[in-house]
Amino acid sequence: MIRPFGYNEFLFILTAAQWTLALSAIAFLGGAIVGLGIALARTSTIKPLRLASTSYIQLFQGTPLLMQLFLVFFGATVLGFDVNPWAAAALGLTLNASAFLGEIWRGCIQAVPKGQWEAAGALGLRYPGRMMYVILPQAAKIALPPTVGFLVQLIKSTSLAAIIGFTELTRAGQIINNATFKPFLVFSIVAAIYFAMCWPLSLLSTYLERRLSAPAR
Amino acid sequence: MQPVAVNPELDHVPAHHIGDRVIIAMEGVQKWFGDFQVLKDIDLQVRAGERIVVCGPSGSGKSTLIRCINQLEQHQKGRITVDGVELGRDLRTIDTVRREVGMVFQSFNLFPHLTVLGNCMLAPMKVRGASKAEARAIAMKYLERVRIPDQADKYPGQLSGGQQQRVAIARALCMNPKIMLFDEPTSALDPEMVKEVLDTMIGLADDGMTMLCVTHEMGFARSVADRVIFMDRGEIVEQAPPEEFFANPKSERTRNFLGQILPH
Ligand SMILES: Nc1ncnc2c1ncn2[C@@H]1O[C@H](COP(=O)(O)OP(=O)(O)O)[C@@H](O)[C@H]1O
Ligand SMILES: [Mg+2]
Repeated sequence: MIRPFGYNEFLFILTAAQWTLALSAIAFLGGAIVGLGIALARTSTIKPLRLASTSYIQLFQGTPLLMQLFLVFFGATVLGFDVNPWAAAALGLTLNASAFLGEIWRGCIQAVPKGQWEAAGALGLRYPGRMMYVILPQAAKIALPPTVGFLVQLIKSTSLAAIIGFTELTRAGQIINNATFKPFLVFSIVAAIYFAMCWPLSLLSTYLERRLSAPAR
Repeated sequence: MQPVAVNPELDHVPAHHIGDRVIIAMEGVQKWFGDFQVLKDIDLQVRAGERIVVCGPSGSGKSTLIRCINQLEQHQKGRITVDGVELGRDLRTIDTVRREVGMVFQSFNLFPHLTVLGNCMLAPMKVRGASKAEARAIAMKYLERVRIPDQADKYPGQLSGGQQQRVAIARALCMNPKIMLFDEPTSALDPEMVKEVLDTMIGLADDGMTMLCVTHEMGFARSVADRVIFMDRGEIVEQAPPEEFFANPKSERTRNFLGQILPH
């Protein structure tokens, strides 16, 4: 039986967008926490840490995100864990985001001039103090535009969670399309909602980048 | 009655303040960057209160020598003892020494995201554990000393090079160091700003600070240094009090170098 596309169908899609936002937020937050650790390990003087973090980044950057989601979702089931699509999507996207953020932030940490590190050391600050008060605040400023840019990618990536059965924006669109057979209308609306979420962030990223490259105060 | 200065050149060198205590001792120090030996068997003793100027051609290892003292560079052979602490691989000895040794860099290396005051308060608070009020008082004291207290709330980028370098000196002094290392502190400055930084350094010398200065400001060396050290190709070629160093350089290499940098 084909349903007409009405207000309720639209509302269903719109409500699902909150799951896209929630998934993005969790993956971004988790990815940021793990990613900071990855970035610190990548810039560490301890070789095993550098090697391990490099492998981690290469693993997640060198395989499709969809395979990573499959592996987390089906892999956990094989290992005897009962994971729902929500947890699998959140974990998979977190791991993936942490690798990308770790690599972006490594570059930002290394972009802070070496003299800053030396001056902080010469003042007697140890590694945590040097990082926290001298290097990371400067790296954060450099990191802001590419990080917001990455967030846009991440929001779009969450659509892959539809394939493992998590009902976010894309999956909601599929469900409504299966009921209404109005693919062009349905997916136009879905795309428009993604655009509404991503476009302001893209603008923000561009603005931040321009502000950063402007002459210093 | 004013004491009569017998030798005007010695005006700035009241030898009495130099103690017998050796505060920095380098024995047989060697260092390589890969295959390239930067420091070859360096022996150097610095007494508390002594002012030393290190000069020599570019690439001769001057920076590396003073950076070994606070272990921004690690030496591979020999012993370095600073204020009784031998610098070993143990990170704690490095911490101890860095608290006692201040450093001023050619490129200032002020923290651009902190105000002048923030730059000066950071280490007293995070290393010495001073409260915010204490750190602020310390910072203002030294900013006054380098005659720049009115710039306290500005960011480094808003200051001239000379002002930035004076802030860098104040920042180092806030840790109340026993020794100050200067690595070409005036080389990055416009000529009109060199004097304000040198005057600040002279003031510090007059207060009895132990100082090691890599500089090619030979006027400063003449009036302030107790000893001038000439380095070439990783070796200390010659060292002598300034009047002797400039009047009778013993080595051919020193003579060549002085011939190049001194006005004729
Ligand atoms: N981190 C480094 N890696 C490799 N070579 C270096 C490094 N730092 C300095 N050197 C080399 O060591 C030599 C001495 O350097 P330096 O101590 O900076 O000399 P100076 O301060 O007298 O100009 C130079 O040839 C320089 O190229
Ligand atoms: Mg140098």
